[in-house]
Amino acid sequence: MRNLINFLLRIHFLLLFVLIEVFSIILLINNNNFHKASFVNFSRQVSGRFYLRIADFTKYLSLADENERLVEENARLLNIIESSYKSDEIFFRTVNDTLLNQRYQYTSASVVNNSVNKKHNFLTINKGSLQGIQPEMAVVSNGKIVGVVKGVSKNYATVISLLNLDLKVSAKIKKNGYFGSLSWTGNGFAEANLTEIPLHAEVMPGDTIITSGYSSIYPEGILIGFISDYEEKGGSFYNIKVDLATDFKKINHVQVISNLMQTEKLGLEKETTND
Amino acid sequence: MIKRLPRYIINFILLVFLQVFIFNNIQFSGFINPYIYIIFILLLPFETPKWMLLMLAFLLGLTVDLFTNTIGMHSSATVFMAFLRPYLLKVLAPRDGYEAETLPQLNYYGFSWFLRYAAVLVIAHHLFLFYIEVFSFSNFFFTLLRVILSSIFSIFLIVISQYFFYSKDKRKR
Repeated sequence: MRNLINFLLRIHFLLLFVLIEVFSIILLINNNNFHKASFVNFSRQVSGRFYLRIADFTKYLSLADENERLVEENARLLNIIESSYKSDEIFFRTVNDTLLNQRYQYTSASVVNNSVNKKHNFLTINKGSLQGIQPEMAVVSNGKIVGVVKGVSKNYATVISLLNLDLKVSAKIKKNGYFGSLSWTGNGFAEANLTEIPLHAEVMPGDTIITSGYSSIYPEGILIGFISDYEEKGGSFYNIKVDLATDFKKINHVQVISNLMQTEKLGLEKETTND
Repeated sequence: MIKRLPRYIINFILLVFLQVFIFNNIQFSGFINPYIYIIFILLLPFETPKWMLLMLAFLLGLTVDLFTNTIGMHSSATVFMAFLRPYLLKVLAPRDGYEAETLPQLNYYGFSWFLRYAAVLVIAHHLFLFYIEVFSFSNFFFTLLRVILSSIFSIFLIVISQYFFYSKDKRKR
């Protein structure tokens, strides 16, 4: 102890100098903004470098926790990204059909399932009752006929494709308006039969066949196909082969048409036929 | 020594005021700044206790700092200079040591001695001061230039002041 005191006394000048100098420097750094900023910057750099080295070691200790956290974060983010969502967007386009005074609403949908190689083919679309789809609505694709909605769940709907032996569509020849009944031949995926056209109607290959609008399902004028061949059948009617305009193997986006006056019209017709 | 105390107090105040009000505003070419308040430390008696040297230097520096709003800058430089003074005096001592009752002034020990004495201390002080002011090593040589030029000017002023304020033949050379 005495040695220490003696030592301190011996170098008291130097010691005092160091003390006062350090005190001066502290004053300097604390009270002058420029020096403070400079010093803090410098000290931050130095300590930062050491912290970096140490952190490189200690981060190995927390790898397990970090991993768990990242896995959870991944799951959360996958839930959020757009591709995990089904778009519930409903685009409404209202068409005023002045000829028959019906109002139609078009809803867009995407095809999520399709079949073309069975005798009874169906499509599944990604809109359902929550988006306003109901059975017996017409389904078209860019103005070409696709089918009729059959069953509806909350977010999906099944559509009877035209390539289905059970579906008959009321169609007419565009140029002269003679109407008949059109249905799938059962063979291939691009051919349908149009019957009930009378023999006195003028028929030529290449004529356009469109929906007649007499059913309450389809608006008038939806393209069905073009006449490829015809033959006389049963004495008073043609049996016309129609090349379907819709490429059933390539349907992606469809529009579902809701006929807002459907129930009214059907109700009235039922009344009338019952009378 | 005690009877000289009032004179030292006056010295102190006078020098600080001179420095702050006159010499701080002198700035040739934008980078020559004389600092002459350090005369006070230069002229303290030989026998001043070392700790008192340091304390006085600190006080002097702090006072000048207060006026220039740069707390710590001048005080750290002046304390540094005061630390060097005893060692320098030992090195520069004439063969028989310093005589009693003398002061480290030009009229006692001659021009050459005083020049060496003042030059070393002034350069040390200015070095410390200017580099502390910049607080970085960038512009190293520019600061060095400032140090040298300011030191030359300060030394010049200090030596001139010696001739003005102290009569030549106070003591036999």
